[in-house]
Order: sequence, then structure tokens, then C-alpha cells
Amino acid sequence: MTPAVELVDVYKSFGPTQIIAGVNLAIEAGTRQALIGPNGAGKSTLFNLITGKHPVSRGHVRLKGEDITGLRPYEINRRGLSRSFQVTNIFPRLSVFENLRCAVLWTLGYKYSFWHFVDGLPEVGERAATVLEQLNLTARRDVPAGVLSYAEQRALEIGITIAGGADVILLDEPTSGMSRGEAEHMVQLIRQVTAGKTLIMVEHDMGVVFDLADKIAVLVYGRIIAHDRPAAIRASADVQEAYLGVPQGAPA
Amino acid sequence: MSAPVPSVTPRVRVRESGLAGWIQRHGVWVAAAVVLIALPLVARSRVAVSVMNQMGIAVVFALSYNVLLGQGGMLSFGHAVYFGLGGFMAIHVLNLVGQGAFYLPVALLPLVGALGGLVSAALFGSFSTNRAGTVFAMISLGIGELIHSSSLILTKFFGGEEGITGNRTKAPPLLGLDFTTDTQVYYLIAAWAFVATVLMYAYSRTPMGRIANAVRDNPERAEFVGYSQRWARYVSFCAAGLFAGLAGGLFAVNYEILTVENVSLTASGSVLLMAYIGGIGFFFGPILGAIAFTFLQSMLSDYTRIWLLYLGILFLATVMFAPAGLAGILVMHRPAWRAGRLHRLVAPYAVAGMLALAAAVGIIGLLELLQFTVSGEAGRVTKRLFWVSVPVYAVWPWLVLAALAIGGALGLRRAAPRAAAAFNEAGGPAGRP
Amino acid sequence: MELLLFSLLNGVVYGMLLFMLSSGLTLIFGMMGVLNFAHAGFYMLGAYLGYTIAGHLGFWAGLVAAPPLVGLLGALVERQGLRRVHRFGHVAELILTFGVAVLIEEIVQLAWGRPAKSYTVPAVLDFSLFRLFQSTFPAYKAFMLLISAGIFVFLFFVLARTRAGLIIQASLTHPGTVAMLGHNVPRVFMVVFGIGSALAALAGVIAGPVLGTFPGMAQVLGSIVFVVVVIGGLGSLTGAFVASLVIGIIQTFAVALDYSLGSLLGGLGLTVARTGFLSELWPITIARIAPILPYLLLILVLIVRPTGLFGTRES
Repeated sequence: MTPAVELVDVYKSFGPTQIIAGVNLAIEAGTRQALIGPNGAGKSTLFNLITGKHPVSRGHVRLKGEDITGLRPYEINRRGLSRSFQVTNIFPRLSVFENLRCAVLWTLGYKYSFWHFVDGLPEVGERAATVLEQLNLTARRDVPAGVLSYAEQRALEIGITIAGGADVILLDEPTSGMSRGEAEHMVQLIRQVTAGKTLIMVEHDMGVVFDLADKIAVLVYGRIIAHDRPAAIRASADVQEAYLGVPQGAPA
Repeated sequence: MSAPVPSVTPRVRVRESGLAGWIQRHGVWVAAAVVLIALPLVARSRVAVSVMNQMGIAVVFALSYNVLLGQGGMLSFGHAVYFGLGGFMAIHVLNLVGQGAFYLPVALLPLVGALGGLVSAALFGSFSTNRAGTVFAMISLGIGELIHSSSLILTKFFGGEEGITGNRTKAPPLLGLDFTTDTQVYYLIAAWAFVATVLMYAYSRTPMGRIANAVRDNPERAEFVGYSQRWARYVSFCAAGLFAGLAGGLFAVNYEILTVENVSLTASGSVLLMAYIGGIGFFFGPILGAIAFTFLQSMLSDYTRIWLLYLGILFLATVMFAPAGLAGILVMHRPAWRAGRLHRLVAPYAVAGMLALAAAVGIIGLLELLQFTVSGEAGRVTKRLFWVSVPVYAVWPWLVLAALAIGGALGLRRAAPRAAAAFNEAGGPAGRP
Repeated sequence: MELLLFSLLNGVVYGMLLFMLSSGLTLIFGMMGVLNFAHAGFYMLGAYLGYTIAGHLGFWAGLVAAPPLVGLLGALVERQGLRRVHRFGHVAELILTFGVAVLIEEIVQLAWGRPAKSYTVPAVLDFSLFRLFQSTFPAYKAFMLLISAGIFVFLFFVLARTRAGLIIQASLTHPGTVAMLGHNVPRVFMVVFGIGSALAALAGVIAGPVLGTFPGMAQVLGSIVFVVVVIGGLGSLTGAFVASLVIGIIQTFAVALDYSLGSLLGGLGLTVARTGFLSELWPITIARIAPILPYLLLILVLIVRPTGLFGTRES
């Protein structure tokens, strides 16, 4: 079966510094997978390469079998891949409802139309309202997104990402900066909205990772050192050494 | 775990159906149309009609600018290019029509302007909208200066120093309207301005208009919901150019002359001032700004030579103290109005207003006297200041004005915080925990 | 030959003058991300103040006193104006400096009147330095060159070799970090803005006698300086230097060349139509299109390389 996302021999350097040093990764469709690794390993960079924010120095990126190397972000998004950001990236001056509405306009086919009235498009409003309900933000519908609380903004961030109906979803540290309770609620939300879709998630919170992920990929110094089920990753000596610096069995 | 609990009960806007609903949604437009129709019946003098014509043109121009700045987030220092090129095209066509080359009634001439603006914007926008922000602003400045400078080279199109003149009465009349009177021209301008405003408002309610806002707020995010930021900016740019050209066409009909001044940096700067003073964050802001700017320009310039200085001061004050513009100030008072507490502001505002007026009188007086002494009009020693003949070279006028200025300013420093406090109280939430 | 040499010399003088103006602008942009529209206004103020002081105390007094005065004004503008609108973003800052530019132009007209001022070259420098064939090179222009070169050396020295310069350079890219290290970054900004404005005023004092002292002088030179700064690359002093010289030389050469566009194309082997749509273009001389050359270049560069020749950031 064609993997949802495939990275083939991907290298990335910024100037003389090589961040990604030969990554081969295949993400099976319909699975929830996590990308973990120590700080500075290149996780966000990998995301940026997949989503077209930065071009790869070498190698190929494939989305559902199609080569998307070198495509612009909006071209990749139109092929069914959507991402969220580590630093909340919403439309601050638009209301919450408007934020979601903008996220669905393209997929519902309205593109750059200036001959429809957006208020009179029922399916646009319905779709946005449905996502609004999923995010539990219906009460904050007309509030400018910039004044929402942090957790609400993170929720909206996820909402914008999935509202368009993309089937491959990339979430960049969705629970960063959240309390225990907020993170648990976020996990519920993610589980709900990614049902039946492919999810790739960068996360530091191991609780969230083991809760959600079907498979985990470990990125260290720009290389994938392991890609396996959670239990196997937990037991892997290489991973432990990468995180703790101590091989298993050696004196502490 | 439960979701974050909302702390504010949502204010639900009841959408009424039937006639009441229609009035709620479209009442403003009907009222505006009525006002436009009635205006020349109330203000009959030639001067008044002429100023209103000027305002109509400025309103369309300023609204077109806000399609770029307020809605699209693109700061342009060369928007007059599209106004001017549209206007020049219109006046050339007017001359052709007058010579009998083809048939086009004057009433449709602004469409030629719109076309000229659209074509120019499509051309220049194709490369200038690649980037946003400072680079876009600089390219717009470069294009503006390029066109302005080339106007002295391409003399056939721009008419060199004297510009291009036309005659609207030579064009074929439509339904008996030959546009010989200012009032007829007024109704033409008013009609087109109304149509243009409706269209631009409608544009802001389309998917394209909403995406323009999204690209303004966060171009990167907009790409990740499937939109090319370059293309979105380009479409908005063309729309803005179209309406600017339309305003240029109205200018051609009204003044029957276009000169190189119409594409200058001064003209581009004026529309920026207009839009900003009015308030770029609201659709109707530039309308207020255009009216205020035109009023000051036409009225003030009769009384003082340094009206542009006052405008500059007003502009700077807006940028520093009221960046949301006139519209912002009005909208800011809406909660107080809704809560019925506006009357509480009358007293503190009146006090602050009087002091501000005193300070303004003092400062304006001093500036006027200064201008008088520097420009040294031969033989005259008195200046007419605020309807009083003031001996310029005596000491007491200067002292009085300085006292007014300083006293007013000092008093304002005490009164302004009180007014602000009263505002906060009046606009505050009622019954909120 | 003579034309070539003198055009080159004049071009370099003009280019160095542009550099004096653009260096201040680049510094301000590099540090604060603000493209200071009022910069040319400070240039104009320098010329007018220099003229006024020169009228009472002589040219040299004006040269020494005018720049610091304008520098103080610049610092005031930064402190009371820019700092206040900083939180509203770059667009608001640009608009503010635009407003200040309008205000300066109006105030100058108010205080000094509209007609041009006869700001003359000081007698001690009013001789010709050397003669080549038929043309003379005025000593005053050499003086201008000397001052601008001196500024360049001074800037380079201060920025690269002194502690203050290092702090300024660091604040250019990492104001937050520099603040964490205990430096008063807002004050650094204010000082840089003041120095930039003083440099502009110095250029005004020197250029006033040569380029004319009139209320439109800010607009005339202001646009060119923007072109220089953007072509050179926003935030790059080297870029500003190179672009200043390039534009200065190109414009000076273009003005001196009387060849028409038609003859230029003829020299390339193309014939041009006598009638038709573009026929009025061909008799136009290069000298007449000289004013638009910088803008053409600007647009070209911005399309091909939006960060400018040497620049690394766009905003």
C-alpha cells in the first residue's frame, strides 16, 4: 500500500550546517505516528521540508505516492496535507468563526471567487460551525482570535489545520505549554479529528506520544535511528542512549 | 477532563426575518442613498457642490486604497499611479469621443478610467505583489516615481507640464443630460461613488475578500490552508487599481484636466493620509477620512497658507494617539452607546474639548503669525486671525496666543485622563463579574 | 576623454554624497527595521540650519553646529514618536516617519519661506582645484569628497573596532539578547537614530551650496536615497556604498550623454520607425531619461533579487 508520506534520502543543510543527514521514512496511511528526538535533532526542519516551507538540499518527498519535492506550501496543501505550527499561527484579527471559515473555502471549491457572498454559502458556514463545535469554541465564535487564551488558540490552531478536510495531518508540538488537564483534552480532540486519517505528530510529552501513537520515529542529529511500535521504542537501547546518554546496562 | 469554560455569555445577534431584517442589514445603504440625493438640495451654492464633487472622488479613491492597505495589508506609496493612468485614459477617450471617433456618453466615461486602472494594476502588480511588507512599499514608491518622471518624457500621453484637457460637453448627451451644470456632474459622481462603494463592500464579503484579510493577518498560514499569497495579493491589487482608475475617470469628468500632479508622490501621500486619518481598520473609515481631508483642503486653504502643515500635525497625532483613526474613535464609543451611558461623557469631553480648542487656537495663531512674518507680505502689518485684525508686530498678540497654547496644553494634561477614565467607566461591562 | 574623466569624478562626488545619506538610513533600518521616510527631511533641515548659522557665524560654524542640532531632533523623534508606535508594527512606523517627513517639509516652508536660499560655497573653498583640458574641478567638490570619505572611515572604525560599535552591530540582529546582557537597547536605538539624522544633516550642510537649498530638496533626493538603500540591500552598509557609487555614476554619466535613444539603437544596428506609436520615444536623449534610470534599476533589482545586492533580510 502506498505510504501516505515518504521521505527518500532527504538531506538538508542551512549554509554549511547539515541539519538533516539522510532520512528515509515511510508513514503508512491511516496510522497515527509520532516523531520524537532530542532538542535540535531537526524535527521541525523535517516538518518544514515535508510541507514545502524549505526546499530539500537533496532527496525526495512523496505524498500519497506523488512527488511533491519543491512544491510550494499551498500546492502541497491542495493535495491533501495540512499542518499546525509550534508557535500559534492563526489569523489574529479575524474572529474564531472567520478563521475556520477561511480554512474551508478552498476545499469547498470557492478559491479566489469574488462573485459569491461568503455569508450566503450554507455549506461553508455549516462546516465551520461543525469544527467550531468539535473544538468546544462555539461560545467564542465572534471573538477576535488574537484575544483567546493560549489553550483556546492552540485548539483553534488544530481546528484550522483539520477544517479543510486534509487526510494527512502534521501537528507540531500540539500540547506544548499546556497543563496536564489541557493536554489531556487536546489528546481527546486530536484522537477525534484524526479518526481515519494519517497523523504525524512532533511531540516531547511522552505520555501523549504513548497514548496516541501507533508507531514512533526517533530522529537524532538528523537521522532516523528507530521507527517502530511504542513498546519496541521504549525498550530500545539506541533510543535510551540517545535520550539519556547512557547505554542500558552500563553503570550510571 | 472538561473543556475550558467560557467566562463570557455570548452576545447573540438576533437575525430578524422579513422587512425588519432587511432594514437591519441594508438600511445604512438606503439612508446613504437618500442623503446623497438630497444633499445638493440642501447645500445649493456652487462652492458647496464643487466641494461635494471633490469629496465623492476622494471617497472612491480612499476606499480603493483601503482595499490594499486595510484589507490586504499592503502599504503602497504609489497608488496615485492607477488613479492618474485611469484618469488620463478617460480624458483621452473623452477627446476622441468629442472628435466623433466613436460613441460613448459621458456617464460611462468613468468605466474607461476603471479599465485603465485595472490594466495598469494588472501590469505593475504582476511583479510588485511578489513580496509584501517593506519591499512592496518600496516597489510601489519606485513605480510611482518612475511613472511620475516618465510623464515629462511621454508628452503625448501625459501632456507635459500643462497636462491633457478635455470637454465633457462635446460628448454626446444621454437622456438629455449634457453635464453642463455642476449639479448634473454631482449626481453623476454621486451615483458612481455609491455604486463603487457598494461594489467594494460586496468585494469584502466574498471569499476573495476574506482571504485577503487572512493573507494580511498571516500570509504563511494562508498558504497552509491552500491559498497562494502572491495570487491573493495580486487579485486585491487589481481590484484596488480598478477602483482607483474609476476615481480617476470621475476626476476627468469633473475637472476636465489631468496633469502630472495626479500621479505624483504628493497625490499618493494624500490618499494614504486620507485613509489613515479615517481609520484603515474599518470599511467606512476611509470615507470619513476622505470627507475630512477634502473639507480641510478646500475650506482651510482659503483661510490659511499652511493648511498642509495642520494636516500633517493631524496625521501625526492620529498615528501616535489614535491609530484606529476617526472610525476607530467612533466605534470605540459603541459599547457606551449601546449601554445608554453616552451622556455621562458629555461633561468630561466638553471640558477636555474646550481646553484642546484653546490650545489649538493658541498654536494655530502662533503658527499663522510666524508664517506671516517670515513670508513678509509687503507693507502689511496686520493679519486677519480668527476674524480679528491682529497687529503682527506688537507683542501682546504673541503673548496672548502663547498663553492660550500653554494654558490649554497644561489644562489638557489634567483633563484628558479624567475624560479617559469617564470613557472607561461608560464603556465598561454592565453586570459582568 | 575629458568628458569621461570629469563625469566619473562628478559621479563619484555625487555617489559619496548619496552614501553619506544612505549610510544613516541603512543603519537605522538595519537596527530598527524602520525605513525612515523623514531621513531626507533631516538632510533638508541640515542644509537650512547650516545656511542660517552660516549667515551669522560663517560656514564652518554651520558645519559644526547644524548636524548635532538635527541629531538631537532625530533622537527626539525616535523617543517621542517611533517608540510610541513601535508596538503597532512596521507599517505604523513607516507611516509615522512619512508624517514626520510631511511635517518637516511644511515647517521648513513656514520658517524659511518658499523661495530657494542662496547658500553659497565658503570663499576659502571657492576656487578650482585643477584644470584638465577645458574643464575645471572645483575645490569644494574635493572637500565634499574628503568629508564623505572621512565619514565612511569613521563609521567603519566605530562599528568594527569600538565596543559601542559592537553593541550596535549586535543590536542590529539580536536586540533581545543584547537587552538581556544589560544594555539599554532603547537608548542604543535612540542614539543610532540621532547619529543617522546627524549624518543626513551633515550631508545637507555640505550639499546645500551645490545641489541647492529649497523646500523640494528633500523629495528630490529622498527618493534616490531610498532607491540606493533598497538596491544595495536593506541593512547592508557595503551594499549602500556600492549602490551609491553605481547610481551616482550612472546618473551623472546619463545626464552628460546627449545621444538619443534612436541613435543608440542605430548604433546596435536597429532602425527605428519615424511614425507610429512609440515614435516620440526615439528622439529622446539619454540625458532626458536620466531621472528615471534609478527607478528602472530599482524595479529590476527588486524583481530579480528582492533582498537587494548585498542584503540578507527583507524587512
